[in-house]
Amino acid sequence: MPPPPPDPQFVLRGTSAAVHALHFSCGGQEHDVPVLFSGSENGFIHVWNLKTRRVDKALDGHGRKSVYWVETMDGKDSLLSQGRDQRICLWDLAEGRTSVTDSVFTENVGFCRCSLLKVAQGRWLMAMAAKALEEVQVLELPSKTSVCTLKPEVGAKLGMPMCLKLWQFNCGSQPLLLAGYEDGSVVLWNLSMGKVLSQLVCHQEPVMCLDFDSEKAKGISGSSEKVLSIWSLNEQQNLQVHKTHGLVNAGISDITIRPDKKILATAGWDHRIRIFGWKKLKPLAVLDYHTATVHCVSFSDHKNPSERLLAAGSKDHRISIWSIYTQT
Amino acid sequence: VCFIPGGSDCSISFASHILGKVCVHGRQKEILSILVPHLSDLTKSDCIWQRICWRLVECVPDRWMEAVVLGFVQRAPGADVLSRLLGNLVVKNKKARFVVTQKLLLLQYGYKTAVLQNLLGYMSQDSLRRALLIKVLQELLETWGSSSAVKHSPAEQQQYISKAILICLSHLKESEIESCRQELLTSMMEGVKCHLDSSLPQIRRLGMIVAESISSKINTDGPVLKFQYEEDDEARELKSLLVQSPPFCVVASVPDDHRNEKADAALPLVLESNGKSHTAATHVTPDEESDAELDSDDDLIPYDMSEDKELKKTKAPVYIRDCIEVLTGCEDVDKWEATVKAVESLVRKNPAATREVSVELAKILLHLEEKTCIEGFAELRQRAQVAVLTTDPIPVAQYLTSQFYSLNYSLCQRMDILDVLVLSAQELSYPKARGKTKHSGAQRPCIQLLPGSDSSKDWRRIVDERIKSKTRRFAKGPSQVELAFGPNEFNSVAGHFFFPLIQNFDRPLSTFDLLGEDHFVLGRLVHTLAILMYLAVNTMAVTAMGKALLEFVWALRFHTDSYVRQGLLSCISSMLLSVPAECLLENMTEELLETQSWLEDVVEKDPDGDCRRLALQNLLLMENLKKKLRTVPS
Repeated sequence: MPPPPPDPQFVLRGTSAAVHALHFSCGGQEHDVPVLFSGSENGFIHVWNLKTRRVDKALDGHGRKSVYWVETMDGKDSLLSQGRDQRICLWDLAEGRTSVTDSVFTENVGFCRCSLLKVAQGRWLMAMAAKALEEVQVLELPSKTSVCTLKPEVGAKLGMPMCLKLWQFNCGSQPLLLAGYEDGSVVLWNLSMGKVLSQLVCHQEPVMCLDFDSEKAKGISGSSEKVLSIWSLNEQQNLQVHKTHGLVNAGISDITIRPDKKILATAGWDHRIRIFGWKKLKPLAVLDYHTATVHCVSFSDHKNPSERLLAAGSKDHRISIWSIYTQT
Repeated sequence: VCFIPGGSDCSISFASHILGKVCVHGRQKEILSILVPHLSDLTKSDCIWQRICWRLVECVPDRWMEAVVLGFVQRAPGADVLSRLLGNLVVKNKKARFVVTQKLLLLQYGYKTAVLQNLLGYMSQDSLRRALLIKVLQELLETWGSSSAVKHSPAEQQQYISKAILICLSHLKESEIESCRQELLTSMMEGVKCHLDSSLPQIRRLGMIVAESISSKINTDGPVLKFQYEEDDEARELKSLLVQSPPFCVVASVPDDHRNEKADAALPLVLESNGKSHTAATHVTPDEESDAELDSDDDLIPYDMSEDKELKKTKAPVYIRDCIEVLTGCEDVDKWEATVKAVESLVRKNPAATREVSVELAKILLHLEEKTCIEGFAELRQRAQVAVLTTDPIPVAQYLTSQFYSLNYSLCQRMDILDVLVLSAQELSYPKARGKTKHSGAQRPCIQLLPGSDSSKDWRRIVDERIKSKTRRFAKGPSQVELAFGPNEFNSVAGHFFFPLIQNFDRPLSTFDLLGEDHFVLGRLVHTLAILMYLAVNTMAVTAMGKALLEFVWALRFHTDSYVRQGLLSCISSMLLSVPAECLLENMTEELLETQSWLEDVVEKDPDGDCRRLALQNLLLMENLKKKLRTVPS
């Protein structure tokens, strides 16, 4: 008899708007407060104190336009947020400050979340959807210089980029970009030459989200249809479909693989969070708590494995925090 | 037989006489198996030999001409060989013409397709003979399109004629098709109508294939006729006849044999090696997969995911009366869909509530039309109707049987009623194990009664199985599985299902005439009665049912539709199997004797092969019955 699905460890209420973005920052020192950042539809970024389970700070920097991506650069004192006001803001949160120190005006009206990759100490690359409909631009931070602009060839008809992931095989190697597009294909880009290395049609509908495991060179993508697609990168840097997994209800808005590469979580339009084993995509659990679409899922970066958490943000204004499969 | 080539004129008529006499005495095979290869060799390039051969055949006296021509047509390895051997015999000789164009094509039908190919190919090879080809095609189409031929001739003959038509079509040239396009079109339209009217699926399919082929030939550009039918080997074979493969000579001479053998040997080798490499490739991947399986993440125990079902926007109603409300007047399409999917389970879970509204629910379900496109709507509706009928058999059966004979129902609805009655009878007559219905496939034969025209095959199969189980007397030990037991619920209601259906069959209504146009429904009705009879074994009403059924069969026994006749014979089988032997002998001796003589007649004279087979089985059953009664000491 399999055990009944677990309940959330606790639920964070108080955003009073749909939650679109989540990011943990719990990997700090012993006495550091573990923190969860959440971006909401009302333009606020809430900084949750996971010890007291209350909002420590509320950041208002996107003119009440929805915030759909938050990510830290080097610890919780430096935060990037992306909003529908076409801006990406860099926040300085050290020592109680809450100010926007820098911003990038993307001129992009889409919903594509950026992707951040640390390439060296003090240097990051950020991929974002650019002004032109099909293009992706990669900037170097903090200098904000453009590294390259990735334009698909004429007639490729990929549509808008829907999700991005910057990665590199190991520290020091070439950074590469995986982009999922509106036509259902996933493209691997070479940043230095700005060219397509491989393109794979994974879905019949737009790719909504993707995540990639650089160790196993295997990735997974979710779409608005009922299928999850798992694909891999072979030695010739070609993408090929590994397998597909059918779901009961259509629509996946977010996918994330846990840092230890053991499990992954999907956020579904059917209000459910699904947990799978990453090795063979074995379904492990269906977490049914939310009463509306789950927009985002995120795993925490706790140093102590038993403290690891999974957070899910939903349209019903709640963030559920789960402690699941923490023994391994 | 060796012919001496001479420069002089020699008379061949003596040889023709011998040939004719031998053939007419039935030795065609022996003499022609030697003669034909030789002649075909000799006539290949030599004109003189060709003319000798033609003279040989032309001089055969008329009374033996048929046997000779038949022999040649069967032995010749190809149409062009036949053409060389016979020449313009059919044009010159009236008897040969009759044999080739009439007898072989229209009056006999036992020959293989290769013979047809030879014959029609032969006619197409020479311009003099092509006129005959067209005439032949017209006559074939006339036969194909005549409704009495479709109704009364055996299926094998119809198939033969269809094949002949297809081969003719394949030989016709564009110009010829142009000249008789109008005729082809008219015959096709008439023929298609007769074929589609038939109750037998095989005849319908033949009609469809031929019509499609004719249509594709006359409308080379533009839309062609396309039917939907089951593609199986027979259909594919027929369609392949439409395309003429280039004449390949199966040469009997020795050096060619070797070449052919080598080619044949090469092919299997290639196929084998392909097969081996394929299996080698497929062996690799399972190994990889089994390796991966060894170090799976078994340490992660999955949670219970049984609640993970499809997200439903609207909830299905929980009460039967709510269902009725939604199905009769709800505008909300989602709710309607959810209700249709939930009705059957609700009915089964709430038998008491269902009994209060059973007739109303049955009425609604009978008239339920597909509002939105749900998958399996027909099946859902049928299962719901069966559920209602089994929950409250008597009133609902009364309602349904009365509606079967009422005005203004479509044929589909009437056949639906029959199907529902049979499925419910089946469910009621099988014991339920302690509340749960056990569906063990091994114990009960499956009756597929969803809208499909092949039901007759399955019903016959069931009766056959039952006959088999009765006629073999092997002692079977008790089965290990504990069989379900319970009171036979069909007992109390069998009469209510059966008698109303049999009552009014001869009263025509303005929209429904069983004995007239709607003979397909009559066929289905008869098959339904056969099944109800079969399921009524061990019920109290079985003897009365048997007697009524026998009278019914007697009234209809000369019906022209072979589907109906097959049904009637199934009725007899069911009756012989279900009614206990003593009751049969007591109440129905005279009728049984009359039936026996009728069955013997059917076995000898009925044009339909299935009818003859069923009649024979019935006679065997009756024999067994007599034997059984004789062995029992009275």
